[in-house]
Amino acid sequence: MPKVTYIEQSGRRYEVEMPGGTTAMQGAVDNMVPGIAGDCGGCCNCATCHTYVDPEWMARTGPANDAERQMLDGVPDVRPGSRLSCQINVTEELDGLTLHIPASQY
Amino acid sequence: MAAVDSVLIVGAGHAAGEMAIALRMNGYAGAITLVGEEAHAPYQRPPLSKAFLAGEMPRERLHVKSLATYQNANIEFIPGVRVTSIDRIARTVTLADSRTLGYGKLVLATGGRPRQLSLPDPRINRAPNLHYLRTIDHAEGMRDQFRAGNKLVIIGGGYIGLEVAAVARKKAIDVTLIEALPRVLQRVTAPEVSAFYTQVHEAAGVRIRVNTALTGFEFDAAGSVTAVLAGDGVVIPADVVIVGIGLIPNTELAAEAGLLIDDGIAVDEYGQTSDPDILAIGDCTSHESVYAGRRLRLESVPSALEQARSAAALLVGVRKPYHAVPWFWSDQYDLKLQMVGLNRGYDTAVLRGAPANRNFLAFYLKDGVLLAVDSVSRPQEFMVAKKLVAERLRVDPARLADESRPLKELLPPAPPAS
Repeated sequence: MPKVTYIEQSGRRYEVEMPGGTTAMQGAVDNMVPGIAGDCGGCCNCATCHTYVDPEWMARTGPANDAERQMLDGVPDVRPGSRLSCQINVTEELDGLTLHIPASQY
Repeated sequence: MAAVDSVLIVGAGHAAGEMAIALRMNGYAGAITLVGEEAHAPYQRPPLSKAFLAGEMPRERLHVKSLATYQNANIEFIPGVRVTSIDRIARTVTLADSRTLGYGKLVLATGGRPRQLSLPDPRINRAPNLHYLRTIDHAEGMRDQFRAGNKLVIIGGGYIGLEVAAVARKKAIDVTLIEALPRVLQRVTAPEVSAFYTQVHEAAGVRIRVNTALTGFEFDAAGSVTAVLAGDGVVIPADVVIVGIGLIPNTELAAEAGLLIDDGIAVDEYGQTSDPDILAIGDCTSHESVYAGRRLRLESVPSALEQARSAAALLVGVRKPYHAVPWFWSDQYDLKLQMVGLNRGYDTAVLRGAPANRNFLAFYLKDGVLLAVDSVSRPQEFMVAKKLVAERLRVDPARLADESRPLKELLPPAPPAS
């Protein structure tokens, strides 16, 4: 099972294993990782699952899709690695992915 | 506040699941029990009228959180049983299987049920091809009849009816939708938005009949509906009927226990009912809204979640009032409808962008103040609109309509970085 590391702004880390194909949002929610809400359930309507992809992983996760990019425009503190984690499918190729959790989703 | 040794949550929908997990994430160490009437752990209801109905989403993907999440958080989940009464003196509830459970704090998250047709014909409730849509079981119960070539009649032109129509057309089902009012989405949007969605659905092949009251059904010998009777003697042949005419909040349990009911179970901004040991959250409640300046009962996933978070915070002694502006979404075809605020009482509606381009916004103002916004496939501007509505922006409608000037410029300046 691929593993994702979520890192809070404080530096606290959450290492989570999830079945391949799970979204990074669902993996966080299923493991009570704080700071990633996913209120709309992953249909790209709420932008409460914002994360920063670690620079080392940005090439492999790829850029945000169209709908996602538009939603991201309205979240607090957008940065180059910003992605909505509901739009990141955690496949085996993303085993080891590191995501940083923003200070706030709202 | 003294520590509470146990929290019993009645219901297992969005609000209930969030409440249970939020309690644990807030460090609550007492017993947490969820009692659900359905057989399922908390699941996403919005896809029931969209991807799940279309067969594009497996059942496991509906879970808000995996089953293991509740186990790992030491939350006891009792599925498939209804709570039938509350004894507020003994602080116990009785279940339909006669079990009695005690509570330190009780949380009512009983949700709502589909409004039923009011026609007196007893055959309606027995017809195997007449459906309401609120639960997984409802959606799975209509799947077999939801196939290409079948004639579907939808009763009600609200979100559920229109979302079902969109999915049905994608599956090449013949669709007729009847609405008693003069236009679809009449209770929630401006005439321009209703006209746009009418045109979109008609272009996709949906026959929409507005100003059309349901008068009855025809049945075959087996008790299935064969036709819908509407308006002035219109007979609409039907293989399957889906009724989406609103939600009734499940307040009976609370009412019988003597709790204050005001449309929904009356709560404050922390989810507190008229009994200090009982909270209520989600679609079953009505709350005093700072945003609206009146009591609101909402049917909304984001509101259910936020109310749950406020209530969970309260039980660990943290005051985090629920003051969020309500918002909603409805995906139909390739269109993303996102709405923020409630437009009741608006005196001015103005569009930004042209509906003909399939992306635009509708702004609703009252006395020059922005009340609500509908966004069709403009998520970027919707995110700005959410903030503008929360700010209760006072603005010239012409400025909102002027596409040469970014909406973002209307936002108040960000506070200086600390």
